[in-house]
Amino acid sequence: MTAAIDIDAVSKRYGSLQALGGVSFEIPAGSFFGLLGPNGAGKSTLISIIAGLVRKDAGAMRVMGHDTVSAYRQARQNLGVVPQELVYDPFFTIEEMLHIQAGYFGQRGADVQGWINELLRALDLEGKRDAKLRALSGGMKRRVLIAQALVHKPPVVILDEPTAGVDVELRRALWHFTRRLHNEGHTIVLTTHYLEEAEALCDRIAILDHGQVRALEDKSTMLGRHPYRFVRIKTSGQGQLSGPLEALVSSHGEAGSGDIEFRLHKDKDRIGDVLDGVREAGFRLEDIRMREPSLEDVFVEMTGGEA
Amino acid sequence: MNRVGFVTLLRKEIRRFMKVVGQTVTSPVITSVLYLVVFGQVLKGRVEVYEGVSYLAFLIPGLMMMSVIQNSFANTSSSVTQSKINGNLVFLLLAPLSIFEIFAAFVLAAVLRGALVASCLYAVGWLFVPLPIAQPLHLLAMLFLSSACLAALGMIAGILADKFEHLAAFQNYFIMPFSFLSGVFYSIHSLPEFWAGLSHFNPFFYMIDGFRLGFFGVADAPGALSLGVVGGFLMLVSGICLGLLHTGYKLRP
Ligand SMILES: Nc1ncnc2c1ncn2[C@@H]1O[C@H](COP(=O)(O)OP(=O)(O)OP(=O)(O)O)[C@@H](O)[C@H]1O
Ligand SMILES: [Mg+2]
Repeated sequence: MTAAIDIDAVSKRYGSLQALGGVSFEIPAGSFFGLLGPNGAGKSTLISIIAGLVRKDAGAMRVMGHDTVSAYRQARQNLGVVPQELVYDPFFTIEEMLHIQAGYFGQRGADVQGWINELLRALDLEGKRDAKLRALSGGMKRRVLIAQALVHKPPVVILDEPTAGVDVELRRALWHFTRRLHNEGHTIVLTTHYLEEAEALCDRIAILDHGQVRALEDKSTMLGRHPYRFVRIKTSGQGQLSGPLEALVSSHGEAGSGDIEFRLHKDKDRIGDVLDGVREAGFRLEDIRMREPSLEDVFVEMTGGEA
Repeated sequence: MNRVGFVTLLRKEIRRFMKVVGQTVTSPVITSVLYLVVFGQVLKGRVEVYEGVSYLAFLIPGLMMMSVIQNSFANTSSSVTQSKINGNLVFLLLAPLSIFEIFAAFVLAAVLRGALVASCLYAVGWLFVPLPIAQPLHLLAMLFLSSACLAALGMIAGILADKFEHLAAFQNYFIMPFSFLSGVFYSIHSLPEFWAGLSHFNPFFYMIDGFRLGFFGVADAPGALSLGVVGGFLMLVSGICLGLLHTGYKLRP
């Protein structure tokens, strides 16, 4: 099966800054792919190169098998991109913008009008079809950008931080909408800093850091490979943890809550030893909870902190 | 070729200036009419022009071409700069359009704006003095070539400019003086020899002079020369513009 997007040794420099240093991976057709990484990792740069908005210095890139340079028309026809920035054309209304965008992709007529109506309905923009973009809230502008990216029915859709600065309700709606697109057969590429979002939606994940791929796996493998689990203990009384036990503490709850979270290696550390140690330290055990690693834990492990 | 895409972009660029027609058409027409009233009155009978051609009649084609020059330039340059600064240029850059389709759509829309301003001015000019056209084909060719030149030049400026001040500077220090000093208000034969000679190196002079030839059948330079110079200049600026688009300079960094 051809990959939806095939990235082959792509590098990009901005002056002395190596934004991408030889990145290679494939995004399988039909996948819901999470592209994760801290600020400045190179996610948007990579997306811009796929979309032809930025030139790569070296490497090759194909969308549904079409080279993004030598077969740019087919590559772009297969791709819908929701940019990270809330950009818009101040001259036109939402509906005019959508018709223009469809026209750029060679589409017009009754079919397009039907699809535009459907998009406006799905994204809850029907009441705003004659509004100028300037007059819309940030969340609405984001939805218009999504409609614009989908107006030519591309099989591959890339969303660059669609849920940044978006309220809970709209975030839920966008999750629902992207899931629906995925179920209808679209390949979805999503970047986000909300790791629980990637965990909930994506089936395959790449972690980018400093222009390098740090990890590339199915989500389940990635989570399973994480060698730790977490034990959260509620204590009361006063005590002093021993040195080795203190080293296993991953976080403390709020001051006075008595909550302590330990990060235990699945093979090396044993829960029994931890509980004994806590008792020996002088605490009373009030409650114990286990937690499996989340994508966030994996992420922190791999990038050393910033999400 | 993406014909629908090209037509869409062309129509979009036309609608862009038609939505603010007061700024893009009416206002330049009014400015030119003011020139016509003031200079036409002040210089009436003083400036020696072609035989049988009143100064007012001489002035109108010059003002028409000056408007074409300024408005064609303004249309492409402001559109490109604005969408680049706003960021909405990405919608166009994401589309499966070739650089030539993009170039041609922008230039054609600007040519239409130039032609619209010129036609309005021509119509208003009739109120002052009737102005028959001696060589319509030559006139249309000059109008198209000149307007396309300035549209391409405007696109280049729009690509290079990082902010609107850059465009304003280009317009004020380059386009304005060159179009003013190209024989809008006088025949270069009335200039001292040195300045008259210098005018022959100014492509804007040929635009205005060749355009005037279309009206009167006489002008300072031969018609074929004007067509050739302006046509050549169009090839040059189009080549530069397409080259910039091809390298993606400042648009696809
Ligand atoms: N046009 C540009 N000129 C110079 N440097 C740039 C440009 N665009 C991006 N960079 C730099 O390249 C690096 C990667 O930026 P990029 O926008 O791809 O990161 P990102 O992973 O999308 O980050 P974020 O999560 O903040 O959106 C950053 O260090 C950024 O400063
Ligand atoms: Mg980004």
